[in-house]
Amino acid sequence: MTDSTVTIEVDGRELQAKAGAMLIEVTDAAGIRIPRFCYHKKLSISANCRMCLVEVEKVPKPLPACATPVNEGMKVYTRSPRALAAQKGTMEFLLINHPLDCPICDQGGECELQDVAIGYGQDVSRYSEGKRVVADKNIGPLIATDMTRCIHCTRCVRFGDEIAGIREMGSTGRGEHTVIGTYIEKSIDSELSGNIIDLCPVGALTSKPFRFNARAWELTQVEAVAPHDSLGSNVNLHLRNNKVMRVHPRDNESINESWISDRDRFSYEGLYSSDRLTVPMIKKNGEWKEVSWEMALEMAAASFSEIKEPDQLGALLSPTATLEELYLAQKLMRGLGCDNIDSRLRQGDFRTDANQTHANWLGMKISEVDTLTSALVVGCNLRKEQPILGHRLRKAALAGASVHTISPLQLELNYKSQQSLCTPADMVGRLAAVAKAAGVKASGSVASFLNAAAVDEFAQNTAESLKRSDSSVVMLGALAQSHPDYSLLYALASGLADVSGARLSIVPSAANTVGAQLAGAVPHLHAGGQSADRKGLDALSMLKLPRKGYLLLGVEPGMDFWNGALSQSALQSADTVVALSAYRSPELEACTDILLPIALYTETSGTYVNAEGNWQQCRGAVKPLGEARPAWKVLRVLGNLMNQQGFEYTDPQQINDELRALCGDISLDNKITEPASFEPTLSVDGLQRVGDTPLYATDPLVRRAKALQLTKDAGEAAIRLHPQEAIRQGLESAQHALIKQNGYQANLPLALDESIPEGCVWISTGLRDTSMLGQPFGEVTVEKA
Amino acid sequence: MANEVCLRTLDLERPWLLEQYQSRGGYAMLKKILTEKMAPEAIIEEVKKSGLRGRGGAGFPTGLKWSFISRNAPGQKYVVCNSDEGEPGTFKDRDILRYNPHQLIEGMIIAGYAIGATRGYNYIRGEFWEPYERFEQALEDARNAGFLGENLLGSGFDFELHAHLGAGAYICGEETALLESIEGKKGQPRYKPPFPAHFGLYGRPTIINNTESLASIPMIMEKGGEWFADIGVKNSGGSKLFSISGNINNPGVFEIPMGTPFSELLAMAGGMKEGHKIKAVIPGGSSAPVIPGEQMMELNMDYDSIAGAGSMLGSGAVIVLDESNCMVKILERMSYFYHEESCGQCTPCREGTGWLYRVVHRIETGQGRQEDLDLLDDVASKISGKTICALGDAAAMPVQGMLRHYRDEFQYHIDHKRCMTGVG
Amino acid sequence: MTTTIEKDKTELFTAEIRAEIDRWIAKYPTEWKQSAVMGALMVVQDNNDGWLSTQLMDQVAAYLDMPSIAVYEVATFYSMYELKPVGKHKICVCTNVSCMTNKSDVIVEHIEKKLGIGFGQVTEDGRFSLKEVECLGACGGAPMMQIGKQYYENLTPEIVDAILEGLE
Ligand SMILES: Cc1cc2nc3c(=O)[nH]c(=O)nc-3n(C[C@H](O)[C@H](O)[C@H](O)COP(=O)(O)O)c2cc1C
Ligand code: SF4
Ligand code: FES
Repeated sequence: MTDSTVTIEVDGRELQAKAGAMLIEVTDAAGIRIPRFCYHKKLSISANCRMCLVEVEKVPKPLPACATPVNEGMKVYTRSPRALAAQKGTMEFLLINHPLDCPICDQGGECELQDVAIGYGQDVSRYSEGKRVVADKNIGPLIATDMTRCIHCTRCVRFGDEIAGIREMGSTGRGEHTVIGTYIEKSIDSELSGNIIDLCPVGALTSKPFRFNARAWELTQVEAVAPHDSLGSNVNLHLRNNKVMRVHPRDNESINESWISDRDRFSYEGLYSSDRLTVPMIKKNGEWKEVSWEMALEMAAASFSEIKEPDQLGALLSPTATLEELYLAQKLMRGLGCDNIDSRLRQGDFRTDANQTHANWLGMKISEVDTLTSALVVGCNLRKEQPILGHRLRKAALAGASVHTISPLQLELNYKSQQSLCTPADMVGRLAAVAKAAGVKASGSVASFLNAAAVDEFAQNTAESLKRSDSSVVMLGALAQSHPDYSLLYALASGLADVSGARLSIVPSAANTVGAQLAGAVPHLHAGGQSADRKGLDALSMLKLPRKGYLLLGVEPGMDFWNGALSQSALQSADTVVALSAYRSPELEACTDILLPIALYTETSGTYVNAEGNWQQCRGAVKPLGEARPAWKVLRVLGNLMNQQGFEYTDPQQINDELRALCGDISLDNKITEPASFEPTLSVDGLQRVGDTPLYATDPLVRRAKALQLTKDAGEAAIRLHPQEAIRQGLESAQHALIKQNGYQANLPLALDESIPEGCVWISTGLRDTSMLGQPFGEVTVEKA
Repeated sequence: MANEVCLRTLDLERPWLLEQYQSRGGYAMLKKILTEKMAPEAIIEEVKKSGLRGRGGAGFPTGLKWSFISRNAPGQKYVVCNSDEGEPGTFKDRDILRYNPHQLIEGMIIAGYAIGATRGYNYIRGEFWEPYERFEQALEDARNAGFLGENLLGSGFDFELHAHLGAGAYICGEETALLESIEGKKGQPRYKPPFPAHFGLYGRPTIINNTESLASIPMIMEKGGEWFADIGVKNSGGSKLFSISGNINNPGVFEIPMGTPFSELLAMAGGMKEGHKIKAVIPGGSSAPVIPGEQMMELNMDYDSIAGAGSMLGSGAVIVLDESNCMVKILERMSYFYHEESCGQCTPCREGTGWLYRVVHRIETGQGRQEDLDLLDDVASKISGKTICALGDAAAMPVQGMLRHYRDEFQYHIDHKRCMTGVG
Repeated sequence: MTTTIEKDKTELFTAEIRAEIDRWIAKYPTEWKQSAVMGALMVVQDNNDGWLSTQLMDQVAAYLDMPSIAVYEVATFYSMYELKPVGKHKICVCTNVSCMTNKSDVIVEHIEKKLGIGFGQVTEDGRFSLKEVECLGACGGAPMMQIGKQYYENLTPEIVDAILEGLE
């Protein structure tokens, strides 16, 4: 196929087009609307619906515009009598077996079939036989089906195959009896599954949580940015009566293309969780009391003022908070003379902070992930951490990129990969082997790891692939970042990236992980992203060396911390804990003294800086629930009450401008200076815990999204062991077991799972039932319950 | 001049055996081609000269089809044989598989040599278990004799051939559905272009031909394209297998020169049963529009002659019907078939074939309405030419044919709620 | 050590069945194991009294590294796969035009009466099931039927009786 341009004529209009492009792409770009059901710009062409038939001069039969390549001089008629007759014919066929239930159909008002049908106005049906009825199967908590309405366009099937990368939907049977579905009762488990709701042109696949809640024409639409992963997927909020009714993707080719993850789509349910905190509350003699905002704020300011040494304070901030909130929180703390500020709550090793001069980031443009040709992915389940990035890496893999992983959990990847599965302690050695094979030279303890590393086939292949590729990356994901020897992994990855010419990617985990660093919500960087001369305590040190007073923003003790048990005990022992939170939960109530209700992402204006450093702003779409207020306003008042300078904002834009100016043209950079000698801290003895954070346990909002919590990706609080390991532990037939970690313990259900290496036990974090345990890695024992 | 090509060994005892086939010069042509390293272009030229047109139904010139493949393009290419034989009325390829499998194998190897393909598959319909086993045996014997495998007869040319077994789906006779089926999927036709010559089996350049087409190749090469062409008539080279069935005394497969009068074929097949009068003939498999008996008796069995009468020679499946048949019932059964066998992917065929069947069924059972005949015509025309593959056309054509010639019988059914012939 | 978890396939099917499936796999390019799905389903069906359960389809999927749904699609598309139990002898009678005009209805009626079952049904003793099929490419021998893998042509009620009696 050539890149040459051809001239064609459509309905008398002359159009320029790339030779070989499909006619429908050309007419779409020119704003000429040809009806279609099966065609979708992001999916392969199937040409099965026959709705887009048009007349082409000198061709006896009508041709499908979606599957007809343009060529020079082609003359097309999209609305000629012959074209219209063909389109009407298809429409009539589609309708003979389609139920006439538009009044009760959730798709009503936004149904592509309805829209086109109205345009063709076939009034009386000439089909007098009984209509086809299709029995429905339950396909899980997210998607409602009404397959009698299905028009067999196969978009959902192709989506699974081509985009989600798991074939779950299919078309079984033949002819008129063809049924689109899962065939057996089976839930759809893709992290991107909700997109088939948007793809379905009729009401066959609709949102289960949204079902029957509103009609399309009652909704208004407001733009927003999704607040979970670090992409900042562009979304539209659909509102009715000041309430978010559902969330849809907004096309942004360079970020989320046409898709959003299920987390971004369905987390809105958490906005209306029954434990939303709607009034300020204080704890007096162990009793919680509702108080006025005035009183709560004054008490908060007073109790912080009572702590005379500023170093005895600490701020633990959620990386999903807005940029403005994070900036004000650190401004307040630094203003008080306290540098103990952190938002990297799931990190456990901060030794490289000293070597870092810039904010960490993805290390490349999001869209560049598509064009990688080689990747080494360390401690990272990209698909279940950052679903759209996972999709992009899959695209690269399908285009031929070789993907190598080092992970303590077998990854269910939907493309070919070379996986090196190992215990957490071995991860360092494995990475060192790759680095060694690539020729990394280093000093200190990194050097001793390099010396000790045994270069195996995996290491050799990976090193060669990274070096050969002109677009490669070494990625450190969530599991690497929460590794007790993260600094070793970081140093090795950095060296490896250097010698192999690969990019280094520190995959930001949350919506504002990058923003938090720019805002100064880390102890080692000032607002503006510059290296701080006076470094405060990091998130873990603040808990290990308990402070007298803590400020919490948008976090929940136990669930949002590297060491859940430690977070709870440290907070409980403090004199004062003030939490800005959208929720009340037993953990918060046990650990805090003052609860200040704040707005969630749909209720406040703010900025998110995504993985590639893109500042995306959005406006509050709905009023905060109850008496909740945007956190930036709460922090502004606290600043004023505590006599801080520069807290006179009237609009978050002013905060944004201020920070922008501080940032100047600072760049994001994952480079570190020559690291000092890091000693490994993770012991290699005993049974090792692997603690990931499940996809739907990452932040307080998503943890409250009911439907998501019913899916497989919600994770379960269980002890998962390799069957061989279970035998070794004498637990092969046990239903429950007792897990002990550093003096903490929990009784949890036991599950056998071949995706964990022997010698390890997989217990997720971020879940209420595991929040009393310690850090995600380290020695544990399991015994009969 | 009967039985000169595909059935030329039929008179032998156990003609399917390798030594029997070789006793009639079988595989000699292959040997010659390989040892003399005949130019592939010369083979294609010979096939073009023969006037051989695809015997699977569409009648596309075989030599021309082969010339579409760029022989020297790098990478794997395939030769695929279509032994799906599903068009109602057709039962000739079964006889080739049962009685002359080696000639097909030899033809496929030559085809592979001509287009530079080193692998082939023969897609045999799933119900043909016995022919499948016989073909597999033939493959093994050919392999042992050095006709299949690597470096055939020291020529440096490799060719491997396997049989794929279907599992019951008429649509897999459609060439791209067949390819999908070999790839382990549902047999759903692909949208064309691209054609198999560019994007075929496993996405590679592929030629796909009917069993009879491929089995004709060794004789064309042995006796020359001209010889073959001269057997038949203009535009219809060679002899052809006709599967003739219906209300006749001696149904079966007859290999006769193209252009033979239908009346002669009918006589060979023993004439009408029980002295009944011929009513109608479906001349080329069930999708070919019906031709009234008297008209048919004047026609010759070649492409142009049958096309001239508004039908088509198709796969050479001739169904002869006597006057005891109710044409409404015949059409009802045929419409039921297309409705059953639609693959279901494209809208007009999936929805339209069922609609056609239901309307004909309604008429047949005395529930017909006045407007139904126009409705049938209209629905048929909305299917034909609008579908991904030709099954849609195949479903529409018999309806149009029946209404053209036997509209009065349908009208009678509607008016009297019963059959004119008193049968149905 | 690099661990790649190759699923253990020896727990699927018997060694004989696996060998038969492997013969199908060997016919196709190595990266196209899926091509063997039709053959594999037939082998498995033949070894399971003539029908396929969902569990067996899942096993075929596992054996060929295919998504289960892709196997269901194939199994539900082709008419020779049975997704419900059938009789020990599956009688398939063609009723398409050539057979119809040669009185296949008489044959069908005869079998229905004799066995007391209609199309899609199985005799109580599980010995026979009856199925209407489309043209089987043996119209020269109309009316005809297929039982198991065998064709029977030029049928009359008497011939049908003899055939059925000859079956175990
Ligand atoms: C619905 C349908 C069914 C077909 N069935 C067969 C068949 O059973 N056997 C066959 O050889 N060709 C069949 N064909 C024709 C094939 O698509 C293809 O044209 C043929 O195999 C090419 O071989 P030929 O050129 O040698 O005829 C069918 C076509 C359609 C549309
Ligand atoms: S015409 Fe029928 S058989 Fe052919 S692709 Fe369309 S639905 Fe399938
Ligand atoms: S959009 Fe072209 S056939 Fe469906």
